[in-house]
Amino acid sequence: MRQIARFFLRSSLILSVMTGLLGLFSGSTGSLAQDRDKTLKVVVHANLQILDPVWTTAFITMRHGYLVYDTLYAVNSKFEPKPQMASGHEVLDNGLAYRISLRPGLKFHDGSPVRALDAVTSIKRWMARDPMGQRMNSVTASIEPLNELTFEIRLKEQWGLVIEALAKAANPAFIMPEKVALTPANTQITDPVGSGPYIFVKEEWRPGSKVVYRRNPDYIARNEPADYMAGGKRALMERIEWLYIPDHNTALAALTAGEVDYFEAPPLDFINTLERNKNLKTVDIDPLGTQGLIRPNSLYPPFNDIRARQALAHLVKQEDYMRVVVGNPALYKPFCGSFFHCGSDNGIQLGSEPFRQPNVDKAKQLLKEAGYNGEKIVVLQPTDRAQYNAATMVLIQSLRRAGVNVDVQAVDWSTLLSRRASRNQPEQGGYHLFITTQGGPDTAMPVSNVWFNTRCENANPGWACDMELDAMVAAWSRERDPLARRPILEKIHRRAWETLPYVIFGEYTQPIAVQANLHGIVAAGMPVYWNIERK
Amino acid sequence: MLAYVIKRILSTLPVLGVVAIVVFLLLRLSPGDPAAIIAGDNASANDILQIREQLGLDRPYLEQFFGWIGQLITGDFGYSIYLKRPVLQLIGERVEPTLALSLSTMAFAIVLAVPLGVLAAWRAGTWIDQTIMAFAVMAFSVPVFLIGYGLVIQFSLTLNWLPVQGFVSIHKSVGDFIRHLVLPTMTLGLVYTALLARITRATMLEILNEDYIRTARAKGLTESRVLVLHALKNASVPIITTIGTGLALLIGGVVVTESVFAIPGIGRLTIEAVLQRDYPVIQGVILVIASVYVVVNLLIDLSYSLFDPRIRF
Repeated sequence: MRQIARFFLRSSLILSVMTGLLGLFSGSTGSLAQDRDKTLKVVVHANLQILDPVWTTAFITMRHGYLVYDTLYAVNSKFEPKPQMASGHEVLDNGLAYRISLRPGLKFHDGSPVRALDAVTSIKRWMARDPMGQRMNSVTASIEPLNELTFEIRLKEQWGLVIEALAKAANPAFIMPEKVALTPANTQITDPVGSGPYIFVKEEWRPGSKVVYRRNPDYIARNEPADYMAGGKRALMERIEWLYIPDHNTALAALTAGEVDYFEAPPLDFINTLERNKNLKTVDIDPLGTQGLIRPNSLYPPFNDIRARQALAHLVKQEDYMRVVVGNPALYKPFCGSFFHCGSDNGIQLGSEPFRQPNVDKAKQLLKEAGYNGEKIVVLQPTDRAQYNAATMVLIQSLRRAGVNVDVQAVDWSTLLSRRASRNQPEQGGYHLFITTQGGPDTAMPVSNVWFNTRCENANPGWACDMELDAMVAAWSRERDPLARRPILEKIHRRAWETLPYVIFGEYTQPIAVQANLHGIVAAGMPVYWNIERK
Repeated sequence: MLAYVIKRILSTLPVLGVVAIVVFLLLRLSPGDPAAIIAGDNASANDILQIREQLGLDRPYLEQFFGWIGQLITGDFGYSIYLKRPVLQLIGERVEPTLALSLSTMAFAIVLAVPLGVLAAWRAGTWIDQTIMAFAVMAFSVPVFLIGYGLVIQFSLTLNWLPVQGFVSIHKSVGDFIRHLVLPTMTLGLVYTALLARITRATMLEILNEDYIRTARAKGLTESRVLVLHALKNASVPIITTIGTGLALLIGGVVVTESVFAIPGIGRLTIEAVLQRDYPVIQGVILVIASVYVVVNLLIDLSYSLFDPRIRF
């Protein structure tokens, strides 16, 4: 027994020494101590791996772009385009020429001045990739610099969305130095030099863990207050650290412990917990919200038939989806029948009336008329994306209720992304249905809503095909008078609810969570990090 | 000895070759496409096709395979599809956190498990033995992530003693390096403590029944000398084997702990690469881990002769 006692005595001595050392270390913050007041630590939603916001449409790269680059125009909270790097523009030759001037004194991070030639080269590169840029490219005759600070866009025909295109919020035309922008659009840039409010610190970049930005001392913010994506982008924090913490529970604990300041995309079922903590607050930064959509594959039966897509719409009860995906009724709309966001200027709901309540019998009848006879319907279920997974389960259940023979293909998100791009037959590696989401002001316009593109082979996966609808969208985009656009928009919306490029399953908000002492957070439709200060 | 080492190293080459072929085929034959992920959530099928061509993913598998093998022979593990950085550089950046976590976990486990195992064997059948074995069963049974969350709630959120997440390099601050390692080490260490304690107990039980132990006691040696110098030393071969293979397993298998504590180690590099189908990174990491297994096994074999003089190479 004495030996046991001695054993435990030795062990406890060792443990005491270890605890003492720990205590010693826990009191020391060491040389690592940053000026926390001037450093914003953000838990980002994804791992930044690609630095080229033209080459990829990944949201995380776009957010990186907004820190490092600036845009010529940006939309305000009324979704009006406002000058950003531009000082203004003139419309000449009855709308066939746009002469745009840059603000003087703008500089890139390497100290070189921002010139009209940089803007021209950047716009050309962007037009080669972005869908709205491609539309603009198709009506553009030339883009040339006139002098150091002015350039001119000449059009082949009138197109009323030139400034709107340059101001678009998602995947915008970021302005890069000419030498960088000369990189072919299908080749990744490697030099992250921009003229935005923050400078990317390449030597501190740890992919999969941390991205660091420091304040750009040469950045000249506009004098207007920050308003959505427009206005003054005041870099009030000296340093921004993006931390990639894939485990949401860990991210929540880090926020609660004060190790991080800003949680970009907390799971929606965390919101109640976050709101109960007086040291934290949730902020709704997206007045438009997120639109959930079911995308049918228009290449194959039954969804190549309008009636089958209408049947699908008759099976959707948006509130069922929202209860499962979001939970908290304060964060979703019970019904939204607009393809262009219910809160936007274009948020009309014409045509949605027959689909406000589910009608299983009607759905069964329409499926029969479309020739559906119990064949397997392949539904892609992304099991590693909580919200998409939940929505897909509701979809599967509603299809089964209508007697549809559902073949659920459980996959991870990356497999889904590649599979949804496959044009194969559903039973040979293709699919019938998948779920995704979109948001922001781009969704609010027929011409920039990527899932609303109905140009058949040239549409996004699912290949919605309605050239008549596409012609209406083109007519809408040619029209420069907002009042004259309205009736065209109404026609577009009615038509869309008939041919259904996709089926809306709901609209909801994704708030961010931050420390309560953070102020000045801009409701820009996505997380942006200018204007934020700690008080 | 040297001949044995050379022979062992040469015999690993076919193993690594088979690993290379299997990994390459598994990746290419499994669903998923890096081009689709790179293109982004709103990309069109044409965008994806363009990126596939650019990355050379549209080339025949054989051409891709021999291209990769050709690079490997020259010591070039290729470049990450996403980051455009050398795979070896990426692995090199992740070695420190994983190695630190693996070594601290093993040290924690050895310090705790070997005395516990010896004690349990020495007092076999008593309440001490039963308590230690109950702890071992529990530590084995509770999922690692649950232990991790529990420790975070207690030590980070309630007591505010230790950080929730992250890793700080030892070069930047020794104090912060240790503080960030404590919780992950305890989380992962408990499982290995349980494993080692059971192995130590089982081996010690066998040894303690040997004649020479009885002789040692009859000679009047103290119980601690009998236990440590006579029993434990002779029981060390299986224990060392478990420690060695445990360390190799840790280097390749700390994914959960690295994820829970947001440690940017090799485990997370692997899981991120797998989720994004970053083929060169996955291939590189698996080859490196396979090589680590081989080297650790070799070192274990060589160490036997230190503990058991009868073993000669």
